[in-house]
Formats: sequence, C-alpha cells, structure tokens
Amino acid sequence: MSWDPRPTPDITPETERYWSAAADGELLVRECDECGLVYHYPRELCPDCFSDSVSWRETNGTGTVYSYSTARKMGGWPDEDLPLIVAYVELDEGPRVMTNLACEPDEIEIGTPVEVRFRAIEGADAAVPVFVPRRE
Amino acid sequence: MSGQSSAYIAGVYEHPTREAPDKSTMQLHAEVARGAIGDAGLEKDDVDAYFTAGVPEYESGLSPLIVADYLGLDVSYADTTDFGGSSYISHVGHAVSAIRDGKCDVALITLAGRPRSRGQATGSGARDVRSVQDSFERIYGATNITMYGMAAKRHMHEYGTTPEQLAEIRAAASHHAQYNEHAMFQEPVTVEDVVESRVVADPLHLLDCCVISDGGGAILVVSEEARSRLERECVEVLGHGESIGHHRAGRIDLTRTAAEQSGRRAFDEAGLEPSDIDYASIYDSFTITVLEAIEDLGFCEKGDGGKFVENGALKAPNGNLPFNTDGGGLCSNHPANRGGMTKVIEAVRQLRGETNEEVQVDADLALAHGTGGSIGTRHGAATVVLGGEDR
Ligand SMILES: [Zn+2]
Repeated sequence: MSWDPRPTPDITPETERYWSAAADGELLVRECDECGLVYHYPRELCPDCFSDSVSWRETNGTGTVYSYSTARKMGGWPDEDLPLIVAYVELDEGPRVMTNLACEPDEIEIGTPVEVRFRAIEGADAAVPVFVPRRE
Repeated sequence: MSGQSSAYIAGVYEHPTREAPDKSTMQLHAEVARGAIGDAGLEKDDVDAYFTAGVPEYESGLSPLIVADYLGLDVSYADTTDFGGSSYISHVGHAVSAIRDGKCDVALITLAGRPRSRGQATGSGARDVRSVQDSFERIYGATNITMYGMAAKRHMHEYGTTPEQLAEIRAAASHHAQYNEHAMFQEPVTVEDVVESRVVADPLHLLDCCVISDGGGAILVVSEEARSRLERECVEVLGHGESIGHHRAGRIDLTRTAAEQSGRRAFDEAGLEPSDIDYASIYDSFTITVLEAIEDLGFCEKGDGGKFVENGALKAPNGNLPFNTDGGGLCSNHPANRGGMTKVIEAVRQLRGETNEEVQVDADLALAHGTGGSIGTRHGAATVVLGGEDR
C-alpha cells in the first residue's frame, strides 16, 4: 500500500528502533528505569525525571479509544484514505498515542477496545501503527 | 502589580482589510505600525523596542530583523517569542517586563499576514513532517481541526457538552459582528444555523471554525514616564501570565489547557479574580477553544462551560460575560492565522469606550487570552488583565 502523498515519518537515530519494530509487527513504548514512567513518543531522556536510563518495552498492542475526530475532506490527502479518523488510543500500558482508526466511523466510539495493525512504508524498514476495533 | 512601576497600552490599530491581494505583508506591518503609533500620539522615532512573532509566510526566526529594517526602527530591545496566536498577548507581558527593567520606554508589537490572498486553507490540509513529534502526529493527518475535534468530542463525552452549547459561542460572536463594518461575516447566525452547517471534523461544523483572513494589527506599550507626556487615554497592564501545555508524555487531557496556569498567573499578578472581569477577549480559533478557556480561566467550574455559555451569557452588552465584541476570529478577522493580536485590541477598545456602540460594555477591567498551537497537543497560552483609566 502506498502512502504517497501521505506523509511518512522522519526516521532519526532516536526513533529508528520504534519504526523498524513496527515493520516487524511490534508496537514499542519507552519505560524509565528510574521512575517507572511508561511514555510515548520515544525520547532518550525520561520526560518526567530526566534519567538517561530508559528502555524499550513491547506492548500487547491493545487499548481503548480516548477520543477521535473524522475528517471527510482533507486537502492533500489521498481520496481513497477518506474519511480519515484521527484518534488518541489509550494503550493498556498507559500512554495515549495519536493514530488513525482504520475502520468506518460508525464502528467506534470513545471507549471502544482496539488493537494495532501495521501499514508498511514502501522502501523503508518502517511501518505505521494504526488501530482497528478489537474482536472479542 | 504592587511595588512595581506601571506600564500602559497607549496605542492600538487593527488593519481594516480582510483581503489584501495588492499589498505585501511587509506593507501591512508598516501600515499597522503607523496606525498604532499615531493612535498613541507618538512618532516612529519614539519607538525603542520591537516585538513580533514573525512573518508566517517567510517562516524565519530572523523576522525582527526583516521588519525593523523595513520600518527603519532603531531599537534597544527586540523579542520574537512565537507560540502561535498567543504570542502577541505574551509580547505585551514581555514588553511590560522590559519597560520595568529600564530597557526601553516605547515598545511596538506588530502582526501581519496574507493567508487569504495566498489561498491557504489552514487547518484542514496535510502538512510536512518536520519535527520528531510530527512523525507521531502529522503522519496520521492530524491537523488543527481534527485535533480540536478530538478535544470537543472528549469534552462532550466527559461533561455532556452539546453541539448546541458550542454553537452558542458562534451565535454570540455573530450577534456582535453585525455591528462591525469590517467583519468578514456580518450576518447573525443562530444555534440551528451552526449545528446544521457541514461537519468539517466531527463534532465540529463549518461554523464552529474561525475565518481565514489577511490583515494585521499593532500595539504600543509605554512606560509611566512616556505615558505622562501623552494626551491619550491609556489602559494599564495589571497582570500577565503564560504557559506551555503539552502532550505530557502520553498523559494528555484533551479537556484541559494551559489557560489554567496562564490565567492564574495573570490574576495573581493583578490581585484580581475572574469575577472582577467586566469584558473578556478569548481566542476563538474554534468554538471549543473558547469553551475550554472559559473553564480554565476560572469563569466557571471545569465541565460547566456548556451551561455557562447558554442563554446569551456571552452577548454584549448585558450578558454575564460579554466576549469578542468585534465578532472575534469566528466572524471578523483572524489575521495570519493568529488571533491573539486582535484580542488585545478589542479589549483596549472596550476599556476606552471605543468599540461599536451597540456592543459597548461598561467595563473597567478586561481580560485578553490567547491560545497558540493546538489544544490537541502542544499549545501556548497567554493571558493579560487590563484596567481602564477611570476604574
Ligand atoms: Zn523517569
């Protein structure tokens, strides 16, 4: 699936592992070894205690919808990817992460259980996590 | 501001244009600068400090150099603090501090831009990925409008706020705009008109969103000593506060903004409370921006904003909290996608008794509040409390 002209992430040394793990089907978060904060987006220093002792942690890729908004038209966005649902998903591990919900708007509401899917990026060792409603 | 020398807003000017196809952005900067300096009764060479948040179409951190050069300003102090639409309110506070420190006496703040003439559809288009954060947000098509949409939806979920309550905010602004000959949209709209308009990013409708306009504005902040030489009625800056709100490492609360901190700091410095305020200019990029600011500034309890705005509470001159009597960003003007400048200007007009007479409030104390960036993630908040001369 082509993202073009959808924007693709700027993969930096700090975030390369996150994107390559996504290409392998894993959603990672960061965890502080000092204060225990589980956080997102990835940073090399804990944004709470500023410790430089932080680890990658695999998530189970599930959570619930914290909020979302559906755009039916959007300048510069591929028509086949509309309507576009932008959302915050609260992961079971705690952090609220921005994402897309890859489903129809009437399939979700705030609190709907969701699980991660990965959309590959052509020509890069990276994939973009999106979420779909979780089946029981 | 006990024990400290006072500083005053001596001049303001709002550019009357809403569409400027035949002017350069720098020309607009010059025209608003001339307007504000003239409004104060001063000359260009009296200006010894300059503030701007930049020239958005140039995206240059060097903008104070570009503009000061164009205007021919020789200054002893310059600042280009930029957190979007809240910047110009923050500049007022920074100018007061610089004046108190003896760095300058007459500070000029200008804003100008031409997004309408440049055909910019702000808030609803895909953007470039430029920062680390963009890689985790913009790649998903997160734009201002979807981020404010998420905030509105979460507020509705937690507090039972309704689309009709948000629409009350636009209806009140449009009621004021009918008396403003320069407003982009002068036709009053009803709550029904708003909720029946097209959904742009649910739950926000087209009429929940601000206008896209060209234009600009300028403010002149002066020392006590400079004021004593002026004939002009001046407005005292009683308190200022600012804050940066962010994603909190994944613990973002979409129903709360940094106005909680900026407002508290401004009220504390002024020695006043929200209940003392007679008129409020509140940044209105979207209706939800106003609703959350009203709560976070302390005009009502958290979650009660929807009830607070009902029944014409925001309508001048007799509402409980008259707001945005120029029609605000929702109806009048959102120059360069940055509404903080016009928020200060209309508050000053109210305190000087110079706004449109149908919406003139008997105001001694006013507040101007700005929100920059997006309350869906990183945002700036800046608040000033202003006092009229006869209070
Ligand atoms: Zn830590």
